[in-house]
Amino acid sequence: MSSTTSTVTDRPGGAVHATGVQIRFGDFVAVDGIDLDVKPGEFVCLLGPSGCGKSTLITAIAGFEKASSGTLEVDGRPIDRPRDSTGMVFQSSEALFDWLTIRRNIEYGPRMRGVPGAERREISDRFLALVGLSHAADKLPAQLSGGMRQRAQIARVLANEPRVVLMDEPFGALDAQTRHVMQTELDRIWRETGCTIVFVTHDIDEAIVLADRVLVMTAGPAARIKSSYVVDLPRPRDESDPAATALHRRLRADIGEEVHKALRSQGLAVEEEK
Amino acid sequence: MTVLGIPRTKATRGALGRSGARLRGLGRRTGMFLLTIAVGLVLWQLLAGHFGSALIASPRETWEAGIALAEDGTLWESVRASSQRILLGWGLGLVVGAPVGLLMGRIRIVRELSEPYIEFFRFIPPIAFVTLAVIWFGLGDTSKIVLIFYTAVFIVTINTMAGAVATDENKLRAAASLGANRFQILHSVVLPSAIPYIVTGARLAMGNSFLTIVSAEIVAADHGLGALIWTSRNYGRIDWTFVGIITLGILGFSFDRALRLAVRPLARFKVNI
Repeated sequence: MSSTTSTVTDRPGGAVHATGVQIRFGDFVAVDGIDLDVKPGEFVCLLGPSGCGKSTLITAIAGFEKASSGTLEVDGRPIDRPRDSTGMVFQSSEALFDWLTIRRNIEYGPRMRGVPGAERREISDRFLALVGLSHAADKLPAQLSGGMRQRAQIARVLANEPRVVLMDEPFGALDAQTRHVMQTELDRIWRETGCTIVFVTHDIDEAIVLADRVLVMTAGPAARIKSSYVVDLPRPRDESDPAATALHRRLRADIGEEVHKALRSQGLAVEEEK
Repeated sequence: MTVLGIPRTKATRGALGRSGARLRGLGRRTGMFLLTIAVGLVLWQLLAGHFGSALIASPRETWEAGIALAEDGTLWESVRASSQRILLGWGLGLVVGAPVGLLMGRIRIVRELSEPYIEFFRFIPPIAFVTLAVIWFGLGDTSKIVLIFYTAVFIVTINTMAGAVATDENKLRAAASLGANRFQILHSVVLPSAIPYIVTGARLAMGNSFLTIVSAEIVAADHGLGALIWTSRNYGRIDWTFVGIITLGILGFSFDRALRLAVRPLARFKVNI
């Protein structure tokens, strides 16, 4: 795993720790009894059927939602509000500031912290190069393709040197070809930076290609973490690798149960998938 | 082959073609503009001929009255006085309305405390306050500027608030998780997001200012286009009234064009112009 060749950031990733976390909206319990341990520098994927609460869990780690019970900590410190220690890459590229150039977007975090101009420039140069956007530094987000905008989001988060990078289906809106390229790029970026990543997806292959560990969530409401799979395959990975396809089958069966459970609870009878 | 030393690559051909098309588009727009004006003048002339100059001053009579008023300085003085009041009142409305709207849009307690007053006053037309304005602020410029401010400030506030409320949730969350505090989020995310709304509010407020200036100047003003229109009534000079009305229209049109030109550099904020 962290075969760190050249570290772009000096600080290694942080740890995420959750015990008995429950998140509710009024009477609706979204997730319940979540125990989670993400080690420094680890790449963890949260995998589950749509609407299972994986995004809710990650927004709570980011500090946008509060846990109604249980403890949720980053580096042993309770999460009480959004902080620059947890950076978030959103599925929607609307999260970029449309009126700022890509460079200024990347410099946003350092600017808010009062980092002086010359140093900011150095930071943005470094992270533009890391995500391969040096040529687009002075463009506005609207002038870039979907894949490039997500690269910009990743650079903006990393430039802020967060302890943990949270990604909420960041490639979900991209076409299959671009998604594949972005997965390869993210794998490289993660190995170069040594950051901790918690990545939400419903795409089994994506989880296999990227994660050290895949956590499967049950169908909501009151979703919890059902099972954990260690992905011990050499990187960069190929999803057509026999070991990867075997893991794919196991994960699909595991998630399939949850999908059927969710459909049954909605009163939809379905044939069991073999 | 080269023209003026520019190699005719595909790219330069494309660029020259584009600017040529833009030039043609401009020519067409100017042509249409002149055409509608000509048609309007003809219709005006026909109506004036039909009803007679006691009811409608013809384009020619209006033109001559305009020249006379310009020569004795009345017209320029009126334009200057009215423009100054509009710009000051409108500018104040913008400077006050935009920040208040931002705060109302993002801070619930501010919105809850001020919304009843905004909703109350925005239905009371400025003409209802003309008498009070004169009593409180005197016969001078101040009372007119206050009335223009009154007519401008609510529309800017309400538009800005709508923009602030509509700020994309992803952007707000992104800013917070990048370490921005509430004040930083307000000026680095909410304000830029609301700029298209603020510009729309400013343009609507400019229109309202023109609607208000005449009523503000009708009572107790010796200068200004409203005063000119009112005075011409006392002298039975319908041609002066026409001069006042046409000048107001031209002035409003020019102000709006100037405003649109001024906000052109804001295009990256998705301002629609």
